[in-house]
This record gives sequence, structure tokens and C-alpha cells, in this order.
Amino acid sequence: MIAAALAAGSRLICGASVRWHCDPSETKQRIYFGNHSSHLDFVMIWSALPPRLRRSARPVAGRDYWERGAVRRYLAGRVFRAVLIERGKTGDKSGAQAAIEQMAREMGDLYSLIVFPEGTRSSNGLVGPFKSGLYHLSQLRPDVELVPVYLENLNRILPKGESLPVPMMSRVTFGPAFDANGGDKAEFLLKAREALMQLRDAR
Amino acid sequence: MTVLQDRALVALVGGVLALLVVASIVGWILGHRITSGPGRATVDNINARIRAWWIMALIFVVALATGRVVSILLFSFISFLALREFVTLAPTRPGDHRALFWSFFIVTPLQYYLIWIEWYGLFSILIPVWMSIFLALRTTLAGDTEHFLERTAINQWGLMICVYFLSHVPALLMLRIPGYENQNAKLMFFLVLIVQLSDVLQFVWGKSIGRRPVAPAISPNKTWEGLIGGVGSATLAGAALWWATPFAPYQAGLMALAITMMGFAGGLIMSAIKRDRGVKDYGAFIEGHGGMLDRIDSLCFAAPVFFHLTRFFYMP
Repeated sequence: MIAAALAAGSRLICGASVRWHCDPSETKQRIYFGNHSSHLDFVMIWSALPPRLRRSARPVAGRDYWERGAVRRYLAGRVFRAVLIERGKTGDKSGAQAAIEQMAREMGDLYSLIVFPEGTRSSNGLVGPFKSGLYHLSQLRPDVELVPVYLENLNRILPKGESLPVPMMSRVTFGPAFDANGGDKAEFLLKAREALMQLRDAR
Repeated sequence: MTVLQDRALVALVGGVLALLVVASIVGWILGHRITSGPGRATVDNINARIRAWWIMALIFVVALATGRVVSILLFSFISFLALREFVTLAPTRPGDHRALFWSFFIVTPLQYYLIWIEWYGLFSILIPVWMSIFLALRTTLAGDTEHFLERTAINQWGLMICVYFLSHVPALLMLRIPGYENQNAKLMFFLVLIVQLSDVLQFVWGKSIGRRPVAPAISPNKTWEGLIGGVGSATLAGAALWWATPFAPYQAGLMALAITMMGFAGGLIMSAIKRDRGVKDYGAFIEGHGGMLDRIDSLCFAAPVFFHLTRFFYMP
């Protein structure tokens, strides 16, 4: 019930219109990857999913943020069932490796993930370069579909540094499944980012 | 007095529902007759409007029937949705964030709360005086002077149109008119009905004989023929509904004339704003979605004028 109320509340604030370029009725496992500009991003993707998909979609989030305070712990653990990862320092190879392995493991054969490959929120609404996590995750789970999700206007609703939202109309666009067709890491990440950016102009 | 005891109100509601039934039947027949060509788009448009009217009419009737609180809540929610659209189109910057938060979550509820407690004095100056000063100050304190004048002016306009003007619809419930006690729900009904009728009639007249556009640079669909035909017939309809109001027949006609003229002006002003902002920036956000502002633009501008004319002439 809290989940339904949260989804309704975020739609009221964000007035999101949702567009699909892939089949929303399919229940196969997916990794939804979106552009990141606001704390609301994953809530928005999560509430834009039809309830059946929502129940099996888990956002990936930083443990340090979501384990502070009882409310956040409850939301992360019971409502969103987030996959909480340790955020290592830049260049901490083994820590990053462990986080990727944890995501792949926690997906099991049931769950989908919501990830933000830029790694951090953009403060100007532009999409930054992707970090390599998405690539490594797709190497570990080649069986899972990668779906780009473009979010518009959320940086105006709850920008970085603000804690209270201002209601505005926003839009969530689910793209067609992304396929890099081989290619090395750098190429994969560029293509994935491009697939996401294309949704901005797709009508 | 509840709705069912007020026979004039029952007659009004019944009349509207009958009109809608007729409109739905006509729309259904047109939908079967015209299956292709440019006429088809018009028919689809008409049928979509009729469906929207059904929903609006039912919500509005339920609000009237359940009393003052629900009417006030209904219009505060409409204000919220309209302001949300307006702000989306506005070129806001991060420095506006806090002032906008105030607009949505403090000023809007407060304005409608003042109607509930019937504090007319503060109701009439809260937004144009207190909040225009306070919100400009709040934006100033954010320290961003880029396009400052433009941004504060736009945000103030948004509050005026979406909240202040619109709040004059349920504010009609505050008026104490001798000999018309506890019947003010019919004034609200009269206002909304005349505004909607006028929009419809202007559309119908314009579609059937419209030639000369009134303001081609702003809205090519608004024609002199549509304006004169629509305003004329809605004024007659208003005069014919005098029995539901505290007005004499000719007075009801004049009130309807004022309402329709202001409604037309409102539609035109909002078109100019959309031309300025919407089309190139976030037009696509609104298109096909929401569109609350498109529904209520005429009502926003007619409500305060109708409120003050009634207050000036009919309150002792």
C-alpha cells in the first residue's frame, strides 16, 4: 500500500507521461539504465513501470545514503527492495568489482535492476559520460535485456542540493532494448549513452 | 439547504445532463456518418470534448452536492494542476526553487483556506500584495540575478492566473446576497455553465460560419463570426437562466455577456502565453497530456470579474 501511495504521489508531483518503445507487458528480466539528475529518478522509473513489473524491479543505490535513518532504511529495504552497494573511492578496482558481482547475484533469475551508469547526479541536466559498471554488469549477465530510460525535467523538480520538490510535468521514455553487437568496453559505453540520448528526440 | 431541496439547482443539473446526453447522441451519429476525410478529425475532437464534459460535469455536480468543503478542495486541486503546467512552461532557474515550493505548498492551500474561513479581506490581497512582495524577496535571497525581473514576473503571473483568479469560483460561496442565502452554489453553476457554453458555442459558430480571424497572430481558430455568434447565444442562454440567480432576466443576460467576454479574453491571453513559451520549449509535455490550463483558461479570467460585479451590485 505504501508502494502504491508513493507511486501515486510521485506521479502527482511529476505529472509524468510515460512512453514505451519496448513491450511493457513482457516480464523478462531487464536492466533499466537512465540518466541521473535527481533523487527522484529511480522513484520515477519505478512508478512508471506497470505494477507487475514494478514488483520485480529493484533500484541500485548507495548503502551510505540509504542506511541513514529508520525511514530511509525502511523504504530501501521493504518498499523499493533496493540493492544497496558500497560506494568505493574512484579507482578502487576490487570494491567496484564486488559491487558489480553483488548486483548480478541479487538479480537472481527473477529481478530487474534500475541503474544510473553516470554514477552521480548531473547538476545541469546534461548527460555525463558512462562509468564502466554497466559494461561489466552486462558481461556477467549477458542473458538480460538492457533498456535505456530517458528522464526529462526531473532536475527541475528536485535538483541536486534541494530537499523539497516543486511539481512540474515530466516525461519518462523507455527505449527499445539496447544491443552493443560486440565491441570493446569504450565502444559499448559510448553506444549505450547514445541509445539513451536518442530517446530525448524520439517522438 | 441541500442540493435536492433546491429545485432550481436540480433543474440546472438535470438540464446539463440532458444537454450532455443529446451531445453524446449527436456525436455518436456523426461518428458513424463521417468515417473519413478532414471532417473525421473534427468529429473525433468533438467526441473527445464531450467525454471531457461528462467527466467535468459529474465531478462538478458531486462537488456541489457534497457542499462547500468539497468545492473548495476541488478548485484548489485544479489550481495545483494548472500551476504545475504553467511552471513547466516557465523558464525557471534553480534560484526559483524555494519560491516555487512556497507557491505550491503554502500559498495555494492558504488562499483556499481563507475561503473556507470566509476571511474576505486577506483572501483578496494575499497573492497580489503579500505574496508578490514575499516571493520576490525569497527569489532575491537565492542570489541569482540572471533574468530576475522576467522570472519573478512570470512566477507571479502563474500564481495570479492559476490560483488567485481561479479561487474566485468557490469564493462565490462567501457572498451574502439578501434573499439568496445558502443558494450560492447556483452562482458557481451559472458561472461555469456560461463559460463552458460560450466556449462550445464559439467553437460551433466558428466551425460552421467562421471566416475572419480576430487575432490571426495569436489564435487562427478564433473568428469574429464565432465570437459574435458564441457570445450572443451564450448571453441569451444566461438571460434564460435568470430564475437560478439573484438577477433579473436582463441582468442575468448582462452578467453572462461579461462572463463570455472575459472568457474570450482569457482564452486569447493564454494563447499568447502559449505562443510565447510553450510551442518550442515544453509544448510536447502538455500536448496530449494534462492540458488543465487549456480547459480552464476562460474560467480563470471570467471568475474574478463575475465575482466582483456580483459583489458590487448585489451585496448591501
